[in-house]
Amino acid sequence: MRANGKRKPDAHWPEICFTVNGESLKVCVPPMKRLLDVLREDLHLTGTKEGCGEGECGSCSVRMNGELVNSCLVPVLQAEGSEIQTVEGLALDDDLHPLQEAFLHHGGAQCGICTPGMLMAAAQLLANTPHPSDTEIREGLAGNLCRCTGFIRIFESVTAAASASDTDPAQEPLLEQTNHAR
Amino acid sequence: MRGNAEMHELVAPGSLGAVLDLLAAQPGAWTPIAGGTELMVAFSAGRLNAHKLVNLWGIPDLRTIEVTPESVTIGAATTFLDLRKHAVINAELPLLARAASWIGSVANQSRATLGGNLVNGSPAADSSPVLLTYDAEIETISARGRRKVPYSEFHTGYKRNVLAADELLYAIHLPLRFARHRQYLRKVGTRRAMAISKVALAATALVERGVIAEIRLGAASLAPYPMRLKQTEAALLGQPLTRETVLAARRALLAEVQPIDDIRSTAEYRRRVAVNLLEEFLLELRREGSRP
Repeated sequence: MRANGKRKPDAHWPEICFTVNGESLKVCVPPMKRLLDVLREDLHLTGTKEGCGEGECGSCSVRMNGELVNSCLVPVLQAEGSEIQTVEGLALDDDLHPLQEAFLHHGGAQCGICTPGMLMAAAQLLANTPHPSDTEIREGLAGNLCRCTGFIRIFESVTAAASASDTDPAQEPLLEQTNHAR
Repeated sequence: MRGNAEMHELVAPGSLGAVLDLLAAQPGAWTPIAGGTELMVAFSAGRLNAHKLVNLWGIPDLRTIEVTPESVTIGAATTFLDLRKHAVINAELPLLARAASWIGSVANQSRATLGGNLVNGSPAADSSPVLLTYDAEIETISARGRRKVPYSEFHTGYKRNVLAADELLYAIHLPLRFARHRQYLRKVGTRRAMAISKVALAATALVERGVIAEIRLGAASLAPYPMRLKQTEAALLGQPLTRETVLAARRALLAEVQPIDDIRSTAEYRRRVAVNLLEEFLLELRREGSRP
């Protein structure tokens, strides 16, 4: 925590425990602090971005207990005991997740602000629907806004990642491994 | 200005009983929070007036779907994703599954709760027209006990409802007796995904011996709160599905609704779309009858 003298001591706040990308963590922060801010400010996991701050844009998407959530709308107290996966948890060390590879190869990212949220929404989609139709991809990513790519290259990236796991079944479990690998 | 987490108290007593005791000890002091998709938006923007919040997320008694041959009972903190995934709701209460799929994105549906949608009381609430047309009943709970009210009497004004200061919305009861009814739901918004409705209409009806034997119309964004169109229903009940009946129903609806101009649409547009939705349903009913 930054030592700027104005903040109350951490001990003032209750302990909140959860797992992030497989690592058990404990924070002492105000219970109403947004999970997004805890991830970025307290845990220095700045891959998760803030866009609108009102659940419309999906930039702050993370997975919590296997569900996709907007971390800007989760008071951290409600994350107590949960398993959280952020974009930092997608790659296994130097091995990018198939979705990350596909976004690279198909131009799925431009400025990059929406990309972590897109990846997490896509990871959620593929976890439930390994071979999504175009409509299912559009629905799965409907809550994630991109102002650069026009979406088509993002949809193509997800399609490519889904078919990559199709041709190489060994890659498929990566989606679930990441929560427990570390 | 951005909300400051240090200015808001959030407690998690854990069990439903402990929450009810807290509400009973200090009625009106605590604001319940479930999925946070409404309250946290206000918090982020620095306009959350509630400074003492009590957590309902993760209380198992509130996140249940119970099915009997006669009814489905949905715990207030059941999420829209839970509803979408439920086989009986998809099969027997298809309009509810469809409305749930329209509520924001997957990331909203994983957190937003049916009870939260109702207690928030937006005139545009997606689940409300469906619950009105399915004749839902609301069950409330407090340390004093439980009581039931018809959902059509739950809202009492703009963002006002019948809940007492120490009460929670506990469950929503839906009778399973619409298998033979013609069912209709249409939401008109700016775009298909993520949009808040400009106007929405849900309907169930039964035609017997050429006349409308039963009809329930639930509407969003046509009044200060989600509203059952009882005068329009009265104009249709017992009538044959003739052109005259349709015209009379259109007139009744126009007399009954009080839409407003706001950022999403105009009162005039809402009136025109609403009567056209009603007519679309009635023509479908005339063409197809009740379900076989």
